[in-house]
Amino acid sequence: MSALRTALRPAARAVGRRTISSSSARRSDNLMVHRDSAHNNPSTPFEFNADSKKQIEKIVARYPVQYKKAAVMPVLDVAQRQNGGWVSLTAMNAVAKLLDMNPMRVYEVASFYTMYNREPVAPNFVQLCTTTPCMLGGCGSNKILEAITNHLGITPGHSTKDGKFTFIEVECLGACSNAPMMQIGDEFYEDLTPETTVKILDALAKGEKPKPGPQSGRHTSENSAGLTTLLEKPYGPGEHCLPEFQ
Amino acid sequence: MLKSTAALPRSVARAAVRQQARTLATVTDTPVHIHGGLRDQDRIFTNVHARNDWKLKGALSRGDWHRTKDILLQGDAKIIQTIKDSGLRGRGGAGFPSGLKWSFMNKPGWEKDPRPRYLVVNADEGEPGTCKDREIMRGDPHKLVEGCLVAGRSMNATAAYIYIRGEFIEEAHRMQVAIDEAYAAGLIGKNACGSGYDFDVYVHRGAGAYICGEETALIESLEGKQGKPRLKPPFPADVGLFGCPSTVANVETVAVAPTIARRGGSWFASFGRERNSGTKLFCVSGHVNNPAVFEEEMSMPLKEMLERHCGGIRGGWDNLKGIIPGGCSVPVINREVSAKVLMDYDSLKDHGTALGTGAIIVMDNSVDMIKAIARFAKFYKHESCGQCTPCREGTTWMMNMMDRLVEGRAQEREIDMLLELTKQVEGHTICALGDAAAWPIQGLMKVYRPEVEARIAEFKAKSGDVVFGGELVKDIDFGRAIPDSLGAHVERHVAAP
Repeated sequence: MSALRTALRPAARAVGRRTISSSSARRSDNLMVHRDSAHNNPSTPFEFNADSKKQIEKIVARYPVQYKKAAVMPVLDVAQRQNGGWVSLTAMNAVAKLLDMNPMRVYEVASFYTMYNREPVAPNFVQLCTTTPCMLGGCGSNKILEAITNHLGITPGHSTKDGKFTFIEVECLGACSNAPMMQIGDEFYEDLTPETTVKILDALAKGEKPKPGPQSGRHTSENSAGLTTLLEKPYGPGEHCLPEFQ
Repeated sequence: MLKSTAALPRSVARAAVRQQARTLATVTDTPVHIHGGLRDQDRIFTNVHARNDWKLKGALSRGDWHRTKDILLQGDAKIIQTIKDSGLRGRGGAGFPSGLKWSFMNKPGWEKDPRPRYLVVNADEGEPGTCKDREIMRGDPHKLVEGCLVAGRSMNATAAYIYIRGEFIEEAHRMQVAIDEAYAAGLIGKNACGSGYDFDVYVHRGAGAYICGEETALIESLEGKQGKPRLKPPFPADVGLFGCPSTVANVETVAVAPTIARRGGSWFASFGRERNSGTKLFCVSGHVNNPAVFEEEMSMPLKEMLERHCGGIRGGWDNLKGIIPGGCSVPVINREVSAKVLMDYDSLKDHGTALGTGAIIVMDNSVDMIKAIARFAKFYKHESCGQCTPCREGTTWMMNMMDRLVEGRAQEREIDMLLELTKQVEGHTICALGDAAAWPIQGLMKVYRPEVEARIAEFKAKSGDVVFGGELVKDIDFGRAIPDSLGAHVERHVAAP
């Protein structure tokens, strides 16, 4: 065993050398363990405000009464929005109490889905897609990654010192014909180039709200050289239908 | 006549000629049916680029909600028969006949079952390369709401849940607006469209998990749990969402139902080849001049499709290296196959790949194919839910091995080891994520194996021999006991002094 370990040592070194006393490597996307910290512990204040409560009431009404816990995902989302982009331990506990769930069941959900942040994030949460279609399309997400890294001075998984940006790499966001793209907050920014990326980041840093969607002048995902489909006026009610529906 | 077919790929022309068998008595020529080149009047999604009003007023002007009451009053059997006649197959990837699937909900004696019944719409579009359902929800949300009602009526469902992936915030918003409008206009809810049928539609937003696109994982997620697929049976049609009969269907499948009901099953069936009928949204990404999402006829030749709608391959057709025709889960095909393949379920299956979601990822010669597939391996590693051991462990191993192959830091034998590993994962898991992770790698090795071998040889020439696991032989201290299974002895030509 020790021989094997010796043999594999240089490989381990490449990943990052650890001594026996250090804790296990922590990755932001699958950090399953909660450890109390100054900003996130069982006494961190959290309570749903009136606005959230109103939203939650609407959400819970969508599910059968005996399946109140089905609302856990949307309610966690409400909690996250109220809490400035992340869910604290107490926020999760509040959700559990509200939906009559065991807190553990809420922690399970919050740690399974990638959109729940269990550590604080900056107001501009930059998520760059680097899956193959984005890696290939347009100028390629590698160039965008480089542009963001250079511009913000941080690598994926970190926040800027001024607390304005958090930057992570994510998997496919489902806008592949508009590659490369990134999501900042709730908005998709598509058809990026390094220049437009920097422009968007600059605008956000100044507190402006750049226009979401394709940055190339495209409307959505049509052929950028001119429409190839849907050139005619859309047909109206009953047109081309069976005789009984005309 | 012949002149017009001359420009077509030969296979299509031949098929057309075969269809034309006629006797001496025939007077008029039957028109040659060429797949592709759909006319605008035959497109179902007339606002797919969201250039017109997507709200109720715009939807009504485009013929949505036109006499929906009459469709509902046809009854479940008639609607399902129309869908069966249309030959519609599930648009979410597996291609299961939709009419048949919906009919599973109406088993003999279903009326005696007091449980509610649900239609669940899968809008968790997570498959890399796929971005079609998003365009439906942005441009034609009312088509989906109406589709929920019609499909729901056919399976006698009481409510529909639309599970939208969490990142699609604008899309979920538009769906919610469309649903609210439909409720206000009395189109859904109590006595929907005045038909006496009660039907509710709800939106549920996910929170970022690819696995929730799997039908039972989606149901688990809707119930407020981790999205981990369930074992089948029981199938969702018996025990599904909240323990009730449910059917999960893709957005596109559901959204085309009202138009098919209004225009007739035979209209829809007239497009595409037999058993592959209809129109479909295709989304093209990667190295084409103008990537786009568009609706086309099934069975259109892939090459023609790319040239007509996407401005062709960057640098011309000869610059093409490979195409993934159906989202990241399907094997890649090379240029020769791409030139002759038709975009439908059967033709792609015959060429060792699949239509999947109709997400075409194009790669030109500048692409490092090994790196592209290695990125998919990373994707699957990230998205494996961790429930089944072969997938949870296998995806990590596959990713590690693929990462080493990008560099060439491996022995040639490890290619076969990797293939064996994919075979160990494939078919040994509850859901198809394990299979989906295995297929791209199998496709890579089938088509581009010489390239992988060359990469390994290049690394070996530069850095020396490698043992299994990527360690350089020269870094190993042979003064210690090295297990034979590391393969060091295979590559070590001279014994250490």
